[in-house]
Amino acid sequence: MRLVVDLNKCQGYAQCAFLAPDVFAMHGEESLVYDPQPDHEQRERLARAVAACPVQAITADGVDGHGASRGQEAPHGH
Amino acid sequence: MATEHMDRFRREGRIAIVGASLAGLRAAETLRAEGFTGELTLIGDEPYEPYDRPPLSKSVLLGRADPHRTELPRRREIDAKWRLGVAATGLDLTAGRVRLADGDEVEYDRLLIATGVRARPWPKEPEARLDGVFLLRTRDDAAGLYQRLRAGPRRVFVIGAGFAGCEVASACREQGIPVTVAERAGAPLVGALGGVIGGVAADLMREHGVDLRTRVTVTALEGDGAGRVRAVHLSDESVVEADVVVVSLGSVRNTEWLDGSGLGAGPRGIACDAGCRAFDFRGIITDDVFVAGDVARSPHALFGYQFLSLEHWGNAVAQAETAAHNMICDGADRRPHLWMPAFWSSQFGVNIKSVGVPPMGEELMITQGSTAERRFVGVYGHKGRVVAAVSFDDTRWLEFYRRAIERGEPFPVEYPTLDRRPENRRPVPADFPDPSLPTHGPMVTLSGYSPADTQLVFHPARH
Repeated sequence: MRLVVDLNKCQGYAQCAFLAPDVFAMHGEESLVYDPQPDHEQRERLARAVAACPVQAITADGVDGHGASRGQEAPHGH
Repeated sequence: MATEHMDRFRREGRIAIVGASLAGLRAAETLRAEGFTGELTLIGDEPYEPYDRPPLSKSVLLGRADPHRTELPRRREIDAKWRLGVAATGLDLTAGRVRLADGDEVEYDRLLIATGVRARPWPKEPEARLDGVFLLRTRDDAAGLYQRLRAGPRRVFVIGAGFAGCEVASACREQGIPVTVAERAGAPLVGALGGVIGGVAADLMREHGVDLRTRVTVTALEGDGAGRVRAVHLSDESVVEADVVVVSLGSVRNTEWLDGSGLGAGPRGIACDAGCRAFDFRGIITDDVFVAGDVARSPHALFGYQFLSLEHWGNAVAQAETAAHNMICDGADRRPHLWMPAFWSSQFGVNIKSVGVPPMGEELMITQGSTAERRFVGVYGHKGRVVAAVSFDDTRWLEFYRRAIERGEPFPVEYPTLDRRPENRRPVPADFPDPSLPTHGPMVTLSGYSPADTQLVFHPARH
C-alpha cells in the first residue's frame, strides 16, 4: 500500500489521525505527518481514513483490492 | 494534426516522457486515462520508481517514514516501458529521438519533458566531497542524512534558509540536535515570502533554539585529516564547528541535456506556452514537445502573463495532467495550465501555506490573527490587486483568499475580516529582496515576459 496526501488540500481536520493513528498523526496545530507505505495490517483503517477525509486529500493504492493499483506488487509491500 | 491523424496517434503513436518523478508519473496516468493506447516510455535518471519528495525533509528526518518507502501511489495501470537509472543525454528534435546515457535511443512522435531540478551543489568540489556534507533532494540524500542525524552529531550546520533548510533545522531541533543556519539575506524564507514574514520565521527558529546567522555567507568548509567535515568558516570571520553540513542553496534546472537541441531551454528552465508546448530557441512553439513540472516556465493569465517557474508539488501534478491532455488533443480541445500556485511547509510545529505568487507583491497586510501569536493570514498586493496570501496555522482561510486572487479583488483589503487586529489596518512593504540580487533561490521565480529572457541568472557566491 502506498499513499500520498495532497497537503495543499489538507485542512487539518484530523479525521485520518483518529481513524488510522498508526499511519497519520497531527504534528503541531494543523500539520500532518504520515507513513507513505504503511504495513498491510493498516489496510482497513487506511481505507476508512481515505473515505472520511472531508477534503479528499488522500490518494492510496493497494487499499481496496481492485483497480489498477500496483501496491500489491511493490517490492516493499507487506 | 487532423482529427483522423489524431485518432491514429492516440491508438498507435509513440510518447516518451523524460523524467520519472511526480510529473512524469501523473502525466503517464493521464495519457492512459484519456485513452492513449500507443507506446509509452518513461525515462528516469534515478533507479527508483517514482517517489514522493516532500516527506524527505520532514517525516523522514523525524524517523516517521522510511526514506526508501515513499513511492507514489498509482492512480491506474500505465503499461509503460520503464527506462530507470539511465539519464537522457540529448535530444534530436528533427528525428524525434532521445539519446540515453547508455547509448540507447528512444524514438517518439510526441515528447514530454519533466526532468525537474536538482539540488544546487556546494561550488567547491573538494569541500563538497568531505564526509558529512549533504545535499537534500533525492531519497539517497535523505537516507544518508537521516542515518547521520540518528548517530547524534555534535552540531548540524545548514547553509541556506529557504524552505528545505528551515525544515532540516526544524527536524534537528525536534531531536535535540544543535543546529546553526546561515543565510545570506536578512531572514529565512525572504525569497519566497519577503522580509516581514521572514522575520516571523526567524523568531520562530530562534525560539526553538536554532543558532540563526543572517547576512553572512559560508566561505569554506574545513575537513580533518580523515576527510570528514569539522568546521564551517563564515564571511564575518567566525568559525563554527560542525560534523554535519547540509547544503541547501536551492536548485538547478535539469536542462543541460537539451544544450544544442534547439529548444528554448536554459538555467531558468524550459519556456512553454500555457498549453505546455515548448518554445524553441527562436521563440516559436514546437507542436510535439511538451513540458511539465519544476523544469517548466509558462505564462499565467492571472499574473500578467508573466512566465512562472513553480517548484511546487501541486504544480507538477496539475501541469502534468494538462500537458498529457493536450498531447493527445487537437487545438480546440486543448486546455491552458491555469493552476493557482500553492505550497506548504511544516517547520517548528507551524504549518505554513501559501496561495498565489507572494514575490509579486510589494505590500503585505496581516488581515487575520497576529504574527506575534504565530497564527495569522497575510495578504500580498500588487498594483491595487490581491496576488497572494500566506497562512501560519490558519489554512482554512486560504480558500477564501484563493478566490480573492482569482477575482482580482482590490488591495488593500478594506472589508472586515475575522480577528483583524487594530495595528493591521494598513499595508506594510512586503520587503522582498531585489530579484536581480542572488538569494538561496525563491520557490517562485518571475522571469519576465520573453521566453528567451535569461537575464536573471543565479550567480553563486564568489569567495
